[in-house]
Amino acid sequence: MPNSAAEKYDVLVLGAGPGGLAAAVSAHENGARVLLVERERKLGGILKQCVHDGFGLMRFKERLTGTEYAQREIDRFHALNIDVVTESFVVDIQPTDGTYLVTTQSAAGMCRYECKAIILACGCRERTSRQVFIHGDRPAGIFSAGTAQYFVNIQGKMPTKKCVILGSGDIGLIMARRLTLEGAEVVGVYEIKDAPAGLSRNISQCLNDFDIPLHLSTTVTEVFGQERVEAVAVEQVDKNFQPIPGTRQVIDCDALILSVGLLPEIELPNMLALPIDPATKGPVVDQTMMTKAAGVFACGNVLHVNDLADWVSVSGEAAGRSAAAYCTAPRTWNDNATALQYERGDFLYALPQYFDPTASEPLTLYFRSREDVAGKRVTLDLGGEKAAFSKKYRRLIPSEMEAVTVKEAASGTVYQLTMHN
Amino acid sequence: MEMICIVCPNGCRLEVTGTGDDITVTGALCPKGVDFAHTELTAPLRSLTSTVATAFPLVPRLPVKTRGEIPKGKMHEAMAQIRAVRVTKPVKVGDVILADVFGTDIIATGNAGEVAA
Ligand SMILES: Cc1cc2nc3c(=O)[nH]c(=O)nc-3n(C[C@H](O)[C@H](O)[C@H](O)COP(=O)(O)OP(=O)(O)OC[C@H]3O[C@@H](n4cnc5c(N)ncnc54)[C@H](O)[C@@H]3O)c2cc1C
Ligand code: SF4
Repeated sequence: MPNSAAEKYDVLVLGAGPGGLAAAVSAHENGARVLLVERERKLGGILKQCVHDGFGLMRFKERLTGTEYAQREIDRFHALNIDVVTESFVVDIQPTDGTYLVTTQSAAGMCRYECKAIILACGCRERTSRQVFIHGDRPAGIFSAGTAQYFVNIQGKMPTKKCVILGSGDIGLIMARRLTLEGAEVVGVYEIKDAPAGLSRNISQCLNDFDIPLHLSTTVTEVFGQERVEAVAVEQVDKNFQPIPGTRQVIDCDALILSVGLLPEIELPNMLALPIDPATKGPVVDQTMMTKAAGVFACGNVLHVNDLADWVSVSGEAAGRSAAAYCTAPRTWNDNATALQYERGDFLYALPQYFDPTASEPLTLYFRSREDVAGKRVTLDLGGEKAAFSKKYRRLIPSEMEAVTVKEAASGTVYQLTMHN
Repeated sequence: MEMICIVCPNGCRLEVTGTGDDITVTGALCPKGVDFAHTELTAPLRSLTSTVATAFPLVPRLPVKTRGEIPKGKMHEAMAQIRAVRVTKPVKVGDVILADVFGTDIIATGNAGEVAA
């Protein structure tokens, strides 16, 4: 039972990864009284386990590891003496008459907080084996690349001696290298599609550098073993992902590591019944990062899965700014906001899904192409005389997100993204 | 010959023609890609990231990296040195954990011990 009266804040930031840290700092700097809520003991989110480098080139003009990037954001956050509670799990969010009542669960019991605005910064989660179809038993030794990363980098425990990696997502590629360096044998990375899901640089530096083979158009079709994984069967597939007879091979291993993609963590958005975009799999927002629930903002991987933490920080700053502005000048969702139009055949997704011409926040648009294309032009029409943005891209690939910031104010009667020659 | 520049996440596809010092690199979005192709063909270098054991129960592993780069062929040897380390005193980001490993230092990329927060 909630014991004492709810503590009052302007803004509650839920989740302390790079998105939440940037959001908390920017809401604070824009005058809001902020509380950051995190379920784990330490701040930093998923970056705590990302010991590899490639972070921060945009934000700090330096090549940092995920842990260094997180520490910079944490130091900046602590220097401002912003309130924070850790080991506090958000279990309920109730809209109450223009404010929100947030309930957290911690070792000390339940706590309640009342706030004017909320920033959802709860990140993403990995697709699990339940979302991948494999025949056979479910012995121990089937786990996600993120779980393997947690074991090795946080706990210092080796979860495998000899493994197969299913899926060519970046975390899987990074773990292939990490496990190899720690003495495990990575037999190969198997990808059902005919192109890798991860960044080219990770194929190069994580697989090729260590002679780990990447098998495209190949998947795991069966797992063997009673208590623990003993072997897996792999088969090549045709264009319709159907196994090609005669290509089956059985590989001895003690683990099957899944790197089959990430999904926004929408547990908290669902508590508020927020509309979800089927393309991004995250809540729908306007360019201020406000969801369709007035006063509820979102940033980072809960909105869409980013490949660079730097962009997560950028979206956190926008959400923080907007949430602080909302506290002094509350507004409702603008039903006349213009919905983003684009061809699903050209773009995997694009967001923010709405442009509100009455809101002052400049527009930063994020998109991914559906296919690997070269020499295409992408144009954004915001209803002005000239296109708000137009650029010819040497190459666009689904695994690399593109972002565009539009400084010029525009009528916003049209909000359309097109890809053409 | 084609190679991927691994200097930044752009991962430019470089097309390299010629031999020795007399090579032409196309496809690089910035000059670092050209430098990368040159070293890659002469004496390839890599940065290495890992973790070391600590004596602190709440933070059993400390993340570390090479300050600079080491020869690509020395990664496993460097790992053997890293694996032998156990940190017992508090450290913070940037502290040297192991000096002079193939011409560079192994430094902490996280905090551990009393300064950890
Ligand atoms: C396993 C894994 C590895 C990744 N590796 C990379 C990588 O190598 N490079 C890269 O650029 N990106 C990587 N990503 C993507 C990465 O998540 C983003 O780059 C970035 O860290 C996302 O920041 P965020 O703040 O949106 O979310 P996160 O960093 O995931 O932070 C979300 C925070 O919210 C907290 N939270 C969630 N729900 C609740 C709740 N109900 N109550 C309280 N707190 C809650 C979580 O504990 C967490 O601390 C990885 C993602 C995963 C899952
Ligand atoms: S050439 Fe420049 S932009 Fe391209 S990957 Fe290398 S460092 Fe990055």
